[in-house]
This record gives sequence, C-alpha cells and structure tokens, in this order.
Amino acid sequence: MSSIKVRAKADGDVVTVKALMKHPMETGQRKDKSGNPIPAHYIQEVVCEHNGNVVMTALWGPSVSKNPYLSFKFTGGAKGDALKISWADNEGKSDSEEATIG
Amino acid sequence: MSATIALALAVPLGVVATPQEDLDTFRAYFEQRFPNTSMDDYVNGIYSIDPTSREEWVAIEEFAPYELNIDNGKALFETPFTNGKSLADCFPNEGIGVRQNYPHYDLERKEVVTLELAINECREANGEKPYKYSKGPIADVSAYMAYTSRGEKIEVEIPNDDALAWYERGRRHFYAKRGQLNLSCADCHVYNAGMYVRADKLSPALGHSSHFPVFRSKWGELGTLHRRYKGCNEQVRAKPFKPQGEEYRALEYFHTYMSNGLEINGPGARK
Amino acid sequence: MKSKRRLFLKGATSAGLIGVAVGAGLLKPVRVLAAAWPKTAFDADTTAAAMTEMFGSTEAAESGDIKVKAPDIAENGAVVPVTVETGLSSVESISIITENNPAPLSASFNLASNAEGYVSTRLKMGKSSKVVALVKADGKLYSASKEVKVTIGGCGG
Repeated sequence: MSSIKVRAKADGDVVTVKALMKHPMETGQRKDKSGNPIPAHYIQEVVCEHNGNVVMTALWGPSVSKNPYLSFKFTGGAKGDALKISWADNEGKSDSEEATIG
Repeated sequence: MSATIALALAVPLGVVATPQEDLDTFRAYFEQRFPNTSMDDYVNGIYSIDPTSREEWVAIEEFAPYELNIDNGKALFETPFTNGKSLADCFPNEGIGVRQNYPHYDLERKEVVTLELAINECREANGEKPYKYSKGPIADVSAYMAYTSRGEKIEVEIPNDDALAWYERGRRHFYAKRGQLNLSCADCHVYNAGMYVRADKLSPALGHSSHFPVFRSKWGELGTLHRRYKGCNEQVRAKPFKPQGEEYRALEYFHTYMSNGLEINGPGARK
Repeated sequence: MKSKRRLFLKGATSAGLIGVAVGAGLLKPVRVLAAAWPKTAFDADTTAAAMTEMFGSTEAAESGDIKVKAPDIAENGAVVPVTVETGLSSVESISIITENNPAPLSASFNLASNAEGYVSTRLKMGKSSKVVALVKADGKLYSASKEVKVTIGGCGG
C-alpha cells in the first residue's frame, strides 16, 4: 500500500494539493524502552511534479511531525492533469504516488 | 448546577430513575452548563465547548492522521481469513454501517458485546488469532467500521432487567470515586467539564464515545476506548481493569447510552 | 550521466552504500533531485547559524505581507499545524524556523514560478517558541513570526 495520500483540487486557476505521508519521522533523540537510542529516520525531500514539471520541493528535517502533512498551491493546472508526489528519506528509502487533479 | 440535577446525578445505588430519565437529566445538565453548544456538536468533545482549541483541531481535520488507519483498517477488514470467510460474515449488513448499534446486550449470552469484542470473536470463531485490544489492527478495523457508520445515530438498547443490571454497573463505575486522587469519571467529565486540570481542558461526557477509536497526538497513534479507560484509571492512580473485561464493557454500555441520539463521527482526532 | 551521479553523491547524507551503488549505475536513482539536501543548515543549532548555512546571511526584512498561522497555545507539541502565506511576488522559497528547537530549521519549501506563496505543514515543537517564516522573494529575504506556547513538548518519549 502506498505511503502517500494525495488530494488535489482545482478551483478556477489555482490547484490546492494536500498530502499525508506515512513515515515515523524519528528525530534520533528518542530512546526505546531499554534505553537504546532510536536511530534518526525521516523524510528529507518531497517533490511534487505537475505534468512532469517540478512545482515544489520540500526539504525537511526531523522536526516535521510523524506521518507528515503538506499542502501547497499552484497555478496553471486543471482538472484531469497528472500529479506525482515523491519522497526520499535519510535511509535512502523512497516512495511516490500519482494522482489526478479533481 | 441546580440542586435537583445534582441530586439526581448523585444517586449511586438503587434504581430511582430509568435509563431514559438518566439520559434526559444528563443532557439537561450539559445544556445548562454550555448554552452556546448545540446538542449535535457534543460529539466533537472538548472542541464543542472550547473555540480556541477547535481552530487547531479543524486544521488537523483538513487531512486527519487517522485516514491512514482507515485505509489499513479497510484492507484488514476485506482480507479473508485462512478458511475463506471474512469479518463481513459475522456482522449484520456485512459489517458496514453497524457501529452505532454497539455495545449491545446479547440476549442469549446474557452479556454486553462491544464492537472490538465482536471483531475478535469473529476472528477466533474462524481460526484466527485475536488482536490485542488497545491499539494496532483492532483499532484500525474498528476505525474503518466506525467510518462507514459516520452520521448514524447512536442507538444503544437496554432490552431487559439483566441488561439493565449491566447498565447500572456501568453507571456506578462512572460515578464512583477511585484511585489515590479519589476522582470519578463524573468529577472530571461532568462536574468539571470545561475546567482545567493542569494544562488540559476537560471534555464533557455527553458525546464522549462517538468518535472512538481515537488518534491522540499524545499517543502519536490510534487507540481504542478501553485503552483510554485504562489511561484515565491510571491517571487518577487507580488500578486499571482489563480491556474488554466486564467492568469496561459495562462502563462502555452506560457511557455510550448517554450519547444515544447523537451521531457517530469516528474515528476522531484529539490532543 | 556523470553530472547527475556527482550531484547525487553530494546530496547523499547517510545514504551511504546506496549512494555509491547509484553512483556506480547499479541502482536507478528514484529521487528527483531538484535540490541537494542542506545538511549543515538542518544540523545548525541556532537560528543565526541555520540562516547562514541556508541563505548565506542572517539578514531578513520584516514583512507585513507574510502571515504565519499557528495556534497561540499548541494542544500538543508533537503536531503543531503551521501555515505560511505571503502576497509577495516572485517567491522562490519559504522556510520555517522553530527558534527553540534543538535544530531550529524545521522545513524549507522551494517553489517553482507557478507555485503560490503558500505552504502548510505540521511541526514538532520541543517547547514554547517563536515560529519564524523566512520568505525568499526576488533574491531578497523577508520574515514574519508567531509566538506559539507549548504546554507539553512534542518530541516524543
């Protein structure tokens, strides 16, 4: 199952994109029950592409909340257009999801 | 708070009022305490009586964290057991839009059955291991089932005297002081609803159970009603009861009855 | 694609082996690198250091055209909704700094020319702090802030 939920809506010329991603966003500051530090594990980059063009790149540190949320807006998009959201984390893992503007 | 209402709520033993009368008194009390809150809105808990924190909650609800849980719950719900059957086979209407009828008093078994209990009994009856009751898959499945029932009015029934005994047991638990801090559920959520306990504002008990299971920022995850009961008992330094044991099922029976007529809005997001 | 390989290795922080494997052409890079991840900026432990690493300057003009929307009192420091909106033109990026966090730079958003001056996210706040929005528009840096009180720190544990 994808770790990214996207909702994109066109209202006139402006498209609002909302995304919720499943990710622990561990800061590396926490310790587990035995007192061992839990290693940092967080999304560092989120890229959103519209019709193949990068519209927004988010650069994140570990202080973005667990299961992070993101919203932004852009012009020049229309209902039916293709959107792609991808993330990459500090462990080299990544995921992406495609969505259609509604 | 008027003396009559206080007296009616304080009756601990002996059935002086019927459950319906209890419910009417309960609602009347909160209507008087919070005249600016509409009855429908109580299902939104603290946010129905505190406009400041409501704003933040609305921001979270834009894309609520529990949506990931609903997706997972749906997948779990739809996955067949090894024997080919699935949860849909154990519930009326294939388990869709039934959450508002729980907990219910099972006439044959002579006990109160909650949704989570029913989910696990279905699993065990079909050769699957039961889920743990506080969080994880049980919460996700319950969240999905609650989600399919959003908008349905809570309708807990008390069909006979045996069921009434369960209801009374739950009512006594709710009003009984417990723990080192010597507080009852009612102390916080009825008499002091809207007041602060340290940095937290106390939510009103009316509409309390409608939004469970709940994604609490404090937990950073989804949890069940019995997980919260356990936490609340521990917070007043009382020994908690077992999730899905008789004590908490009786409490849930009474607690949910007090929200009869209000709409299911689970799963919910809270601090 | 020599240049892409070099860029990727530069941006790889703890990607380690994977970075090397990608560089050697053994793995297809799945990250679309619009920008290398600014490690020193995210590691900086003061606002001034974070700004220097990120923008090469600690100077930002306060602007009334930037709105920082965040709760006055955060219900729980683990999930604080923050929205930054600006009417400034030619916005290149919006960065958010949580002054009293151990590493103040929380997030930065690079915006294409057709992206609006608007971002919303949820941040962890360790304690009460000023949340500062830094908007880079037309090559210049502007700022606005909002004080957010946190009753329970949200870094977990």
